[in-house]
Amino acid sequence: MSYWSRLVNVFRDERLRREIAEELESHIEEAVDRGRDREEARRALGPSLRLREESRDVRLLPWLDSLRADAVFGWRQISKHKATSAAVVLSLGLAIGSCLAAFQLVDALLLRPLPIAHADRLYVIEHETLNSQGRPETGDASEYPVFEQMREAVDGDAELLAISYASRADITFGSDEDVEKAYRQWVSGAMFETFGLRPAAGRLLARHEDAKPGASPYVVLSYDYWKSRFGGDPQVIGRTMRMEGQSYEVIGVVESGFTGVEPGVFVDFFAPVMMNPNVERKAVRWFRAFAALREGVAPEAVRVRLDGVHQAMLQERVVGLRAEGRLPSHHIDRLLRDRVLLESASSGTSRTQRSYREALFVISALAGLALLVGCANVANLMAAQGVARSREMALRVSIGAGRRRLIQLVMVESGWLALLATAVGAVFAAWAAPQVVGLINPPDNPARLALPLAGRPALFGLGLALTVTGLFGLIPALRASSVRPAAALKGGAGRPSKGRLMYGLIAAQVAFCFVVTLAAGLFVGSLNGLADQPLGFEAERLAVVDMAARSPTVPEAWEQVAESLRAVPGVESVALASWALMDSTAWTGAVWIGNEPAEDFPFFLGISPGWLETMAIRRLQGRDLRRGDANAALVNESFARAYFDGADPVGQWFERTALGGARERVQIVGLVADARYNSLKESIRPTIYLPFLPESAEGRLTPKSGAFMVRTSGDPTVLMAALREAGSRPRPELRVANVRLQQEILRGHTIRERLLALLGLFFAGVALLLAGLGLYGTLTYSVVQRRREIGIRRAVGAQAEDVAWSVAAGAAGTAVLGAAGGLALSLASAGSIEALLFGVKATDAAILAPTALAVVAVALLAAAPSVIRAIRIDPAEILRAE
Amino acid sequence: MPKADSLQGSLDLLVLKTLSRRPGLHGYAIMTAIRERSDDVLRVEEGSLYPALHRMEEAGWLRAEWVTKDNGRRARAYALTKAGEKQLEAEESRWEAVTVAVQRVLRTV
Repeated sequence: MSYWSRLVNVFRDERLRREIAEELESHIEEAVDRGRDREEARRALGPSLRLREESRDVRLLPWLDSLRADAVFGWRQISKHKATSAAVVLSLGLAIGSCLAAFQLVDALLLRPLPIAHADRLYVIEHETLNSQGRPETGDASEYPVFEQMREAVDGDAELLAISYASRADITFGSDEDVEKAYRQWVSGAMFETFGLRPAAGRLLARHEDAKPGASPYVVLSYDYWKSRFGGDPQVIGRTMRMEGQSYEVIGVVESGFTGVEPGVFVDFFAPVMMNPNVERKAVRWFRAFAALREGVAPEAVRVRLDGVHQAMLQERVVGLRAEGRLPSHHIDRLLRDRVLLESASSGTSRTQRSYREALFVISALAGLALLVGCANVANLMAAQGVARSREMALRVSIGAGRRRLIQLVMVESGWLALLATAVGAVFAAWAAPQVVGLINPPDNPARLALPLAGRPALFGLGLALTVTGLFGLIPALRASSVRPAAALKGGAGRPSKGRLMYGLIAAQVAFCFVVTLAAGLFVGSLNGLADQPLGFEAERLAVVDMAARSPTVPEAWEQVAESLRAVPGVESVALASWALMDSTAWTGAVWIGNEPAEDFPFFLGISPGWLETMAIRRLQGRDLRRGDANAALVNESFARAYFDGADPVGQWFERTALGGARERVQIVGLVADARYNSLKESIRPTIYLPFLPESAEGRLTPKSGAFMVRTSGDPTVLMAALREAGSRPRPELRVANVRLQQEILRGHTIRERLLALLGLFFAGVALLLAGLGLYGTLTYSVVQRRREIGIRRAVGAQAEDVAWSVAAGAAGTAVLGAAGGLALSLASAGSIEALLFGVKATDAAILAPTALAVVAVALLAAAPSVIRAIRIDPAEILRAE
Repeated sequence: MPKADSLQGSLDLLVLKTLSRRPGLHGYAIMTAIRERSDDVLRVEEGSLYPALHRMEEAGWLRAEWVTKDNGRRARAYALTKAGEKQLEAEESRWEAVTVAVQRVLRTV
């Protein structure tokens, strides 16, 4: 502006101001005519008008408008690079979806509060005992007589509720022929009132139903069961249900949402604890005791009073135990150190929770690492794109865009990517989370969890999208905003630091990748270790026919069923046992050897003659059990080692508690090889095999259930229907409860390991793929950038291998650095997954070597195309272009 | 006179070029024209446009006159002066020089 005009302006200031004002007004009118908001247009004019605006929120509307403009522009930017954007959205979506699914599971199983009143004040009573190694173990099973005393002791401060373990019961709403299975939970009548639950139909159990054993034959259905089994029919109220020889009346349906207090199980119906015969038995622990604290009551105060009751009970019981002499006295001393604990149960409590808590956190961590790999990848990609766009950014600066505006522009674009990826992730999670739940527990009895995407998972997803945007968007945004027009257009500044950043991100990816791959290797190693555990019996071609007796049976009935099963074509041999080995059922009891109580309770199993042959368990000494054997037993090697110093025990005697409590002398007639009884992981315990059908039924109960072990000559799966039919036909009092494969039962022991191995491999695959793509992209980019340099070097005599090395060196260095970092990270965090491993360690060469190999192989594979491209650069062509 | 390696002048260049093609545009129309020509990539900040117009008017590159639009509203229409045409030529050749330099840098690095 010349001095003259400035001088003139001083004089014509007023007119000029009016003219400017009118021109700006005209601009605003025009904007309004084009459909824009008057206020927004006014504010978009910025400082020249702002002086006249006193309003405080003057910046908000233009900001929103610029945000909209950036969103539109960002969207166009994304749709312009369709292939890249799709790759980013899909890979990131996979990683976000994995995180989202992991969160859904963690939330549903561990975090989500029960849908009851004051879930935060609900506690479960646990007992801490010392095991034989002297380490504390906690259990949550309680016995009813003690529970009643505890309930009185804390009356007024807490409501104690007995809620049994959810288990599948055989029930029928019609004749005894139509038996079906449903999840049953025995509960205190006071539970519904305490939890503030209302009936959806009929009435619920009430407090007075806790008073008298056997007096309230009523059941309450869950809403879900009512809908799925009865289609929500209100006529179901008043119907009769038969269960275990007792008739119950359906009195109501509880409101929807409440599915019991065990995450992982949907309870179908609730029956009063008073109808369970165990309420009057001492020393039978069969339910969990919950404490719903009154407002303002400290849990510790309640715990101390509960512990007092428990200690008094222990003292009394110990006196009896010492008199009986069933346990070595140091075991009895250990019993006295039991304590009562009070653990929060605001999210419920279940076996699924206990056994999957750590596994789910590990899965979440792996998903998180895969997401970090993905973010590093996208950050690299965006940074590379940012370099290409530096001219555009420079131009924006020169036409008046500020630093904040540029950050916003790039962040909005990242936001779009994150949003799209989150949408893809939500779809993936909606599919994946139920799949994973289906893998928890055996296939015929899968875990059930409500997995809504709305609510907390949606919030989590939103948070994830924002975090991810920040993780991969911020660096490119800051870089773009710091562009200096002149320098950027000259193409000079900032290159070296950008190279470092890119390789840094790649190294981080390789490190995370290494951790995930190593974890996958450890989980696969654990699964293999478990699968290779020697069983001691032959599980191939073995079917299990579980039988249930409706009424007292005679030994001949069992014999007839066995004959009927033997007659099925394809059956090689049939034998009978109390239950199948490894079927998670155990019978333990005290034994005395030479009048000394044995250190631990051995396992017992009732078997028929011929069971050893059918199971292919070797007999080492003595003979098999025979029909008509009385007070005879087989023992396993561990038994001989533990109690006879490994000497041949055949012909020796031990004593056990017979029914009724008296001691009974039993002679060992045979020694057999060790076979696994109920755990793949623990060492094999001393085991005693007794006759399944004792000779004299006098004074003994006939078995209520048993399992026929059927060895087939071919694939047993084709015989399942025939076996079911052959087992049910001969005797009306014996029916087939289930036909399974022994292999299925075994698979049930490795479900968690299988899940971890499967998900570990999945995440390792995702991480390796993402890291490989990242490395490939970065190298390709750097070779394109260095075309001229490489061409000149070739022209002045550099050999192909020199060029290849100069390209690969950076990649190799980065990969090695990343792998080393990953190794350090793995070793530092290995302790956290130790409890989930079996027979492998993070430092095992057999695991480390393949992990390193996989990571290196992926790095090589990713680097190869760039190296080839670099070698193929034609110096003549490059120089001509100059 | 700005130095050749500065982009400070590019808004001026865009405005001058727009007005040389279509004289008699008012501020809002200039802004719209630049946006449409550039396929929505270049959005002139409204807050910077009017100061630039006024500055160029003061420099004698533009002349402005009040016209009455179809809807009866008054608007300030801008057109290039002789000096403005010269300035446009100068700006264009400087821009050429810069972009050629940029192209060369981009091709060779």
